[in-house]
Amino acid sequence: MGIIKRLGINFTWLKKILFKKKTARIGIYGPPNAGKTTLANRILRDWTGDAMGSVSNIPHETRRARRREDVTILSNGSSVVLDIIDTPGLATKIDFHDFMAFGLSEEESKRRAKEATEGVIEAVKWLDELDGVLLVMDATEDPYTQVNVTVIGNMEARKLPLLIAANKVDLPNSSPSRIHSAFPQHPIVPISALEGQNIDLLYKEIAEHFG
Amino acid sequence: MNGIQLDLISEDKLDGMTSMEKVRLILDSVRNGRILVLERGLTPSEQTKLIELTMTEIAQDDFSGIEIESYPVKQSDNFLNKLLGKNSLKTRLTVIGPATQLKTIKKDRDLISALVSTP
Repeated sequence: MGIIKRLGINFTWLKKILFKKKTARIGIYGPPNAGKTTLANRILRDWTGDAMGSVSNIPHETRRARRREDVTILSNGSSVVLDIIDTPGLATKIDFHDFMAFGLSEEESKRRAKEATEGVIEAVKWLDELDGVLLVMDATEDPYTQVNVTVIGNMEARKLPLLIAANKVDLPNSSPSRIHSAFPQHPIVPISALEGQNIDLLYKEIAEHFG
Repeated sequence: MNGIQLDLISEDKLDGMTSMEKVRLILDSVRNGRILVLERGLTPSEQTKLIELTMTEIAQDDFSGIEIESYPVKQSDNFLNKLLGKNSLKTRLTVIGPATQLKTIKKDRDLISALVSTP
């Protein structure tokens, strides 16, 4: 120790390499309108005081993946540092007529549809860059959608951690137990991203699974 | 006779194809208005490849995408694969068709119920 000090060798760089806490890159995935951006906003507001993006009841509001780096989440004395990627909703079909049903003009609907297809491709590409996935499911809907099956299958094939957020439990027809019986092999946290219900439990699970 | 062509593709045929060939076959068939039933479905990475390519082919007023339904993958119970650390996921039956013609009514772990309509 004395010799090292006397020689004036600085090992800070080595300490950084050996002991630096790894940042886990986590993607928030799910079908359109499951509440991905609402959840991303909730997480960021709680831990950074910021927001991720705008939300809307019109599907495919998020059409570009958004990334927020170095979000530290503390829970039960442990902490995890995350890069959070809020991804556009995954889908196998996009019909501009669906947007017109929400009152958008034909031109606007077509533009939204085109951007949505690009967003889905971007979301698919991000799957290769992640350390884990927070899969947001709408607990009022049938959980056996192809999007859910595909995302879960990909995470299982890569042996990467997956946490399911059964969202919208504030709605009377929600059924997180249906999600649990569909995918019993994965941890599920029933939450309301909008109202903040069970959000502390979600942070505990995030720290446990992605830390 | 008018009707909808239904192609049932065997596991053996799928085994002899590359991922890209499978995805291409599916998209070409679906764009021609056919419904496909794959005896052994696509791997998760093939599923994402199919979604990606479908998005590039969506054309307004012409092709709005696909309806695809498969059972969740199963863990294979092959002991040797497990021992060798090989991927032990088993893909399962999959139904694919044009989004405008195939509509899933109900799906659970072991049942896919779908409605097929003429274009």
